Amino acid sequence: MEWETVIGLEVHAQLATNSKIFSGAATAFGAEPNTQACAIDLGLPGVLPVLNRDTVAMAIKLGLSVNAEIAERSVFARKNYFYPDLPKGYQISQYELPIVKSGYLDVILDDGSIKRIGITRAHLEEDAGKSLHEDFSNMTGVDFNRAGTPLLEIVSEPDMRSAKEAIAYLKTLHALVRYLGICDGNMQEGSFRCDANVSVRPKGQAKFGTRAEIKNVNSFRFVEKAIEYEVKRQIALIESGGTVLQETRLYDADKDETRSMRSKEEANDYRYFPDPDLLPLMVTAEWVEKIRSELPELPAQKRERFQREYELSAYDAAVLVSSKELAMYFEEVLKHTQAPAKLVTNWVMGDLAAALNKANLDIATSPVSAEQLAGLLNRMHDNTISGKIAKEVFEALWHGAKDADSVINERGLQQVTDTSAIEKIIDDVIHANPAQLADYRSGKDRLFGYFVGQVMKLSQGKANPEQVNNLLKEKLK
Amino acid sequence: MMHTKTVAEMANDLAAKKYSSVELTTHFLNRIEHYGENLNSFITVTKEQALAAAKHADVQRQAGKAGPLTGIPMAQKDIFCTKGVKTSCGSKMLDNFISPYDATLIERCNQAGLVMLGKANMDEFAMGSSNENSYYGPVKNPWDLTRVPGGSSGGSAAAVAARLAPIATGTDTGGSIRQPAALCNLTGIKPTYGRVSRYGMIAFASSLDQGGIFGVNAEDAALLLNVIAGFDEKDSTSADMPVPDYRKTLNDSLTGLRIGVPKEYFAEGLNSQVADCIHEAIKTYEKLGAVIKEISLPHTNMSIPAYYVIAPAECSSNLSRYDGVRYGYRCEKPKDLIDLYKRTRSEGFGKEVKRRIMIGTYALSAGYYDAYYLKAQQIRQLIRQDFVEAFKEVDVILGPTTPDTAFKIGEKADDPVSMYLSDIYTISVNLAGLPGISAPAGFVNNLPVGMQLIGHDFSEAKLLNVVHQYQQHTDWHKRMPEGF
Repeated sequence: MEWETVIGLEVHAQLATNSKIFSGAATAFGAEPNTQACAIDLGLPGVLPVLNRDTVAMAIKLGLSVNAEIAERSVFARKNYFYPDLPKGYQISQYELPIVKSGYLDVILDDGSIKRIGITRAHLEEDAGKSLHEDFSNMTGVDFNRAGTPLLEIVSEPDMRSAKEAIAYLKTLHALVRYLGICDGNMQEGSFRCDANVSVRPKGQAKFGTRAEIKNVNSFRFVEKAIEYEVKRQIALIESGGTVLQETRLYDADKDETRSMRSKEEANDYRYFPDPDLLPLMVTAEWVEKIRSELPELPAQKRERFQREYELSAYDAAVLVSSKELAMYFEEVLKHTQAPAKLVTNWVMGDLAAALNKANLDIATSPVSAEQLAGLLNRMHDNTISGKIAKEVFEALWHGAKDADSVINERGLQQVTDTSAIEKIIDDVIHANPAQLADYRSGKDRLFGYFVGQVMKLSQGKANPEQVNNLLKEKLK
Repeated sequence: MMHTKTVAEMANDLAAKKYSSVELTTHFLNRIEHYGENLNSFITVTKEQALAAAKHADVQRQAGKAGPLTGIPMAQKDIFCTKGVKTSCGSKMLDNFISPYDATLIERCNQAGLVMLGKANMDEFAMGSSNENSYYGPVKNPWDLTRVPGGSSGGSAAAVAARLAPIATGTDTGGSIRQPAALCNLTGIKPTYGRVSRYGMIAFASSLDQGGIFGVNAEDAALLLNVIAGFDEKDSTSADMPVPDYRKTLNDSLTGLRIGVPKEYFAEGLNSQVADCIHEAIKTYEKLGAVIKEISLPHTNMSIPAYYVIAPAECSSNLSRYDGVRYGYRCEKPKDLIDLYKRTRSEGFGKEVKRRIMIGTYALSAGYYDAYYLKAQQIRQLIRQDFVEAFKEVDVILGPTTPDTAFKIGEKADDPVSMYLSDIYTISVNLAGLPGISAPAGFVNNLPVGMQLIGHDFSEAKLLNVVHQYQQHTDWHKRMPEGF
């Protein structure tokens, strides 16, 4: 049987505010345990929450960027359950009436096609503290620094049909929150966390299969692997006569598998009700319009502009805008070079991306600056060096060389474009290979490449390849 | 006899330097030492802090920096967090809790130079109408030591009634100021919801809780309300509205005042002798120029069922934080996490608190939420609408505060419903968020009777004015229990 995968994602984006959502305590990551938790975060008797308005502005920004409706009136509710790192015994969240609802995000897939993923809702809530099981024998330590950190939970429709689509959506959303400056997107530190709802159904069936929720996966790669594992597990289970249970599962990256955490029957009854300590959140149309007028250029807009202005393909443009820093780097290179955008794109997405990937670096920490890369591309563009030499120069820049020109000069890498010099080399090569010459002239055309290779070798790669081609054709006639 | 004076008189005496705050405070501390144990009205007496604060008040006065209430001693209900002082909320759960911060109300009292004598006894987490639910034992009514002082602010009421403190704070979620005020012959005001900050006031039912005052008369209550009322940015439900000088309008004439008398408040269940007292009060008001009008609050009988869904629902959530993890009581040697929760909460909470947590948890459960919590909220709207309609025709509403006088300790302890019914006239005021005041209106068998006046939103000044005028023409409020 052919199976179809159905995926919906819940993303928790930690909002980049200075203070917590309901208290004035700081939100910085990595402080000593329990040094950034005030009376309110600790849930002392008598304390009350006061909403941090910055979090609301951030939620509105996200909502406007995903073409969603911004609720004029939304309500904070209490989600009640017991856990040692949940200080009040309830989490303040939004339930029936979230601030953002009914939006969508257009995602570019690998084949360049666009897929529209629905966004059901996004709501504001507070984070819990952290339970530390490792460092205490027979006990659990609790760090409340994270308690009360603002989160925006962004819930998608079950619109994704493969792990690849899910990752494309996740990356698009990740880029968006970073463009908006509402989340630092750091997945290792838990600033951008993802729960995946995964089910399978026979292709063509309208009804959804029973879903499993995979909790808290902390990298794009793990999300992809967790979904892939889960899909295989569910299909194997059904095909062997079993049924998928509605349950929460945990992904174990070390073993690359998902494990049952709790079943639907064991799930908490959260007893949601409106938090009587907070008035309904009212958002005026003026506020929304003010925020709309201050929105930065968004990835989708930037992508369209790149396609239009630089004549890039949809796919190239999508890759370049996938992070704000990458897009900035690309445009910075363009500013300093006369080379065509296509060449810049190829280098940014090709050699540079590969080198960064290999060194496990990102664009913001690239050893080769945009200006340095532009200098290199300029020398390619004016034919001072060939593409092959360019790779050597790039390598030098990567390892700390000042700029392309100094590398080229110091190492004498200038391309030979002097026709008489190239002719001299060609003559030498022809002279040294009489047999091949005879074969070529008797019709073995493919030996042309051999001659090109010999010429380039003799010129140490510096002969202009185009000139070599043309002159060789003449000489070999 | 310093303690027989009103706060207004003491303030004048302090200003005239007839005695110092240290002398006044010492006098009350001695009275607490002498009578306090028997009444059980205090959980903690803060003698040293009180004397230090009194000394400071005297220094301030010498320096010409005294305010209207500088140096006046008072009692604080043990529901308000007080920095460095045990704040138990009447519960074993918080018996070891020393608050690291001051409630906004406490801060304001401190800033005004008031001197805290101690923390008054109360029903555990403010749940109760008799003060029998305190971990620290029942409080006795100074008018009859075999009877309850009312609750939940029973310690505050008993302390002021016996003049162990000239004035005290309380909190009122369903009548917890007005009912004890009625049972102890005091003037007790529950301001409009949002008038007094709830920050640092340990929550029972957040949408109903409101801090207020017990005084021997309306003028004293007005003086203290001037201190504690007002917007607080730490409480999102506090009202950002100007606070009038409540003393200024006390002497306004009542001529033409329209007083509504709801027929539902005189129906079955009301002690006829209590009803007689209220009718007498109505006559007094007529003499003062008021116009009396019978009105109807048709949804009154639904207030108790609605209240006993909403208040427990909110309490079940508010009290979840007492889990033995961060502060407060923790059971001995827990086996595991579930054992820690179960035993900490079973051992740390009293019977009534556990009853309400269970009722509230049930009411909020999936499948029952609509039938209970949502329905109760709808009834709440109807009850408020009753008052809105009534206030189109009248300025204030008058009736009995309680159906009967103080009952015996133990009499209703095993009958929660009968206990709940004693709050029938006060509860709807909380559900509607309105201000209410109870004032002495007579005696039945030597036990005090209270009348309740209800006003529209933020009409505290009018309520105090209406009671003050009554007190200029009656002397019920001047009677004091014997033996103190």
